[in-house]
Amino acid sequence: MQMDSKGKLIPVIEGRKICKRFSSKRGEKTVLEDIDLSVSENEFVVLFGPGQCGKTTLMNILSGLDVPTSGTVYCDGEIVQRPAPERGVVFQAMALFPWLTVRGNVAYGLKARGVPRDEWMERSDYFIKLVGLEGFEDAYINRLSGGMKQRVGIARAYCNDPKVLFMDEPFSALDAQTRYMMQDEIARIWETEKKTVVFVTNNIEEAVFLADRIILLTNCPSHVKKEYRIDLPRPRDYTSRDFLLLRDEITKQMDSTL
Amino acid sequence: MDKRKIISAGLAILSIVLFIFIWYLCTDVLELVPARTLPSPEKVLDSFIKKFHDKNPDGGTLIEHTLASLQVALTGYLWAIIIGVPLGIFMAWNRNVDKFVRPLFDLLKPIPGVAWIPLMIVIFGIGIKSKAAVVFCSAVVPCILNSYTGIKQSKEVHMWVARTFGATRLQMLWTVAIPTALPHIMTGIRVALSSAWVAIVAAELLGSTKGLGFMIQQSRGIYRTDIIIVGMLAIGICGIILSIILSFIEHLVVKGRK
Ligand SMILES: Nc1ncnc2c1ncn2[C@@H]1O[C@H](COP(=O)(O)OP(=O)(O)O)[C@@H](O)[C@H]1O
Ligand SMILES: [Mg+2]
Repeated sequence: MQMDSKGKLIPVIEGRKICKRFSSKRGEKTVLEDIDLSVSENEFVVLFGPGQCGKTTLMNILSGLDVPTSGTVYCDGEIVQRPAPERGVVFQAMALFPWLTVRGNVAYGLKARGVPRDEWMERSDYFIKLVGLEGFEDAYINRLSGGMKQRVGIARAYCNDPKVLFMDEPFSALDAQTRYMMQDEIARIWETEKKTVVFVTNNIEEAVFLADRIILLTNCPSHVKKEYRIDLPRPRDYTSRDFLLLRDEITKQMDSTL
Repeated sequence: MDKRKIISAGLAILSIVLFIFIWYLCTDVLELVPARTLPSPEKVLDSFIKKFHDKNPDGGTLIEHTLASLQVALTGYLWAIIIGVPLGIFMAWNRNVDKFVRPLFDLLKPIPGVAWIPLMIVIFGIGIKSKAAVVFCSAVVPCILNSYTGIKQSKEVHMWVARTFGATRLQMLWTVAIPTALPHIMTGIRVALSSAWVAIVAAELLGSTKGLGFMIQQSRGIYRTDIIIVGMLAIGICGIILSIILSFIEHLVVKGRK
């Protein structure tokens, strides 16, 4: 954790007045409008908003894969201009490398940085075990189920030990049952290996189940409508009274933005 | 599944047996064609076995001719791979290399390999060099084309993953683009093998002192149809063996895809 000269905590990720416009033949489209947000260390922040509202766009800008039209992103107080290993991403489309085994995928980042073999073997072993894929180290990706693939994606991002982890609707392609299971898993992994996480979803249950804080985004052009701090004790229960109350309130807020 | 395999194997054997039987009917049994024009399967088999040590009528045994053809074909073929594959990769990877090489490549691409034969004979004579050069010209085109298309198949999201792990551009080439392209590169190498084999026989038919094409050409002059067919069989068998070896290598190299 870092502090600035006045002793104030520096957020791990901070976005200031982020705007994004796409121009195409059919004219200009403003997707993000004046988005301010900050994420502190080991916080689990969920970006929650309707489909096509610009969540992926915002994520790409925060991770450095895309540049904002105006505004600035800071990571640990430094301006973000390009992607870097300290900002890991779990992509919506999984994006695993089919030509590598589970271990090859998980250790990819460490190998790319020239980490010695002993170390990447040990770390990848640990994270493969953590996501529950022990015994599948040498399997190729095409042999895995959807849920297992997403575990590889998570282990790959974790293994590189980033300062912050971006996850873009990682479970949207899974069936309902696998999705519940993966939500439990990600909560468990996050409790075991504390990490700053920015998690995108358009599923309200998922948001309330996982988040320390939910940032509610509006429809396009998207801005921050409201923030909710979720103080429910973990592990959370989808059927508890408080859970359901929160879920209904946020759903109502969201409906009013549509 | 197993049943289907048995049926297809049965059909394959049946088709060959039927073909030989009809050939046998037309020659030995019904004598529809004179034996000098089309010898019977029995006669061809006999000549085939004899030709292993018989140097008549063309001054070389079947083995000598086959090895001569293989040596030249593989020389030209390997050079085509060594030059064609990296060239295709770099054309796809670097826009300036593409712009520099492409006009020349587009001009030469439509010229069939065998059209190079007369020029090569004039330049290099009728030895190994001219034929290897012809094989090279035929085989290099599919190597370049398929490597090029393969690299272009790289998925943007895979590139993003590599970038978020801090991969350099060279690392992206080695760890993403080339693995993506590998199945296509192998296809190119396979297509190039047939082109090479066609080219070597054609080159030997037109001007040579050794090789299967030369053997066929000599036998035609003295009406030894049986040896012509022996030569054709040898060409076919070599083609099959080479492509089996290639499939084996392909299996070793290309992993995790379907
Ligand atoms: N590269 C692009 N060019 C033009 N428009 C884009 C581009 N990327 C995203 N958009 C537009 O931005 C909007 C938000 O997209 P996205 O961030 O993917 O939404 P979400 O992830 O919330 O579903 C969409 O309407 C989409 O058409
Ligand atoms: Mg999205």
